[in-house]
Amino acid sequence: MAERLGVLLLAFAWATAALAASPVDLYDFDSDAQESRYRALIAELRCPKCLNTNLAGSDAPIAQDLRRTVHRLITEEGMSDDEILAFLQARYGDFVLYDPPFRPDTWVLWLAPVLFLAAGALVLWRMLRQPRPAALSEQESAELRRILERD
Amino acid sequence: MSRASLFIPISVFALIIGVGWIGFSLNDPHELPSALLGKPFPDFEAPRLHEPDQRVSRDDLLGEPVLVNVWATWCPTCAAEHDELLRIRDETGLRIVGVNYKDDAAKARRWLEAYGNPYDLIIQDPDGSLGVELGVYGAPESFLLDRAGTIVYKRVGDINPRIWRDELRPALMQVMDG
Repeated sequence: MAERLGVLLLAFAWATAALAASPVDLYDFDSDAQESRYRALIAELRCPKCLNTNLAGSDAPIAQDLRRTVHRLITEEGMSDDEILAFLQARYGDFVLYDPPFRPDTWVLWLAPVLFLAAGALVLWRMLRQPRPAALSEQESAELRRILERD
Repeated sequence: MSRASLFIPISVFALIIGVGWIGFSLNDPHELPSALLGKPFPDFEAPRLHEPDQRVSRDDLLGEPVLVNVWATWCPTCAAEHDELLRIRDETGLRIVGVNYKDDAAKARRWLEAYGNPYDLIIQDPDGSLGVELGVYGAPESFLLDRAGTIVYKRVGDINPRIWRDELRPALMQVMDG
């Protein structure tokens, strides 16, 4: 019990440490709507330098530059969310998008979960369809009892 | 249970190994495929490193094939590739343009005095905004442009004799022929 509590506490400490480590830039926005768009965009864009962090969570210089760029595109250029994603995709490739586009070379990625689900359903269906073994007859249960009680 | 179904586990195993093998050998995850290949070098306007009151733009990169090299004094790999850039410039006369990326101009000028200057022209990019246009995510990065300013080759990482022989030189030959 104490051990489990310790693990929980450790996980909590890590989570708060990660929160505390998230870099914060102070940017001015014309409206709250702009700011929430900014937050959503930096959360869904991936930092090109760090393999598994979004722009919001990375302290890498390139992530700072890209956050500044996103801020500029929102406030100065007045771009829509899609235009901003397209802007960064044109320069950094699909890598910056956590949701890859659906294309001939990515359909496996998108459809694999559906295929796995279908395969699982097929296996389950076949298992359920198999006839259950019939119950033991009077004579068989007597035999079973005799074998079990022998030693 | 038919005989054939005995092979299901081994085939699933083989499938997983196969996908993993291909997936992990495809490329270094740190090496992003360049989105800019085949596209024109972006428009920009920036000061020169040695003459900060002079502005340069995309037009200054046109006319002959040019290697645009993104470098900084804080980047150790840039120092490592420096001799190779000097050698390429001296032996082939290829025009090399530097982009001094997120760097201190005075420090950069001193650095070039100490190690030699392979660049015909150096563009200052103190805040990395040209870098964002170029999809730069780490220095050094190099772009080979044809006469019309189209990016025909990109290298993330150092230019070394092997890269020159296997990638850069063939790309340059193609540009010269075209």
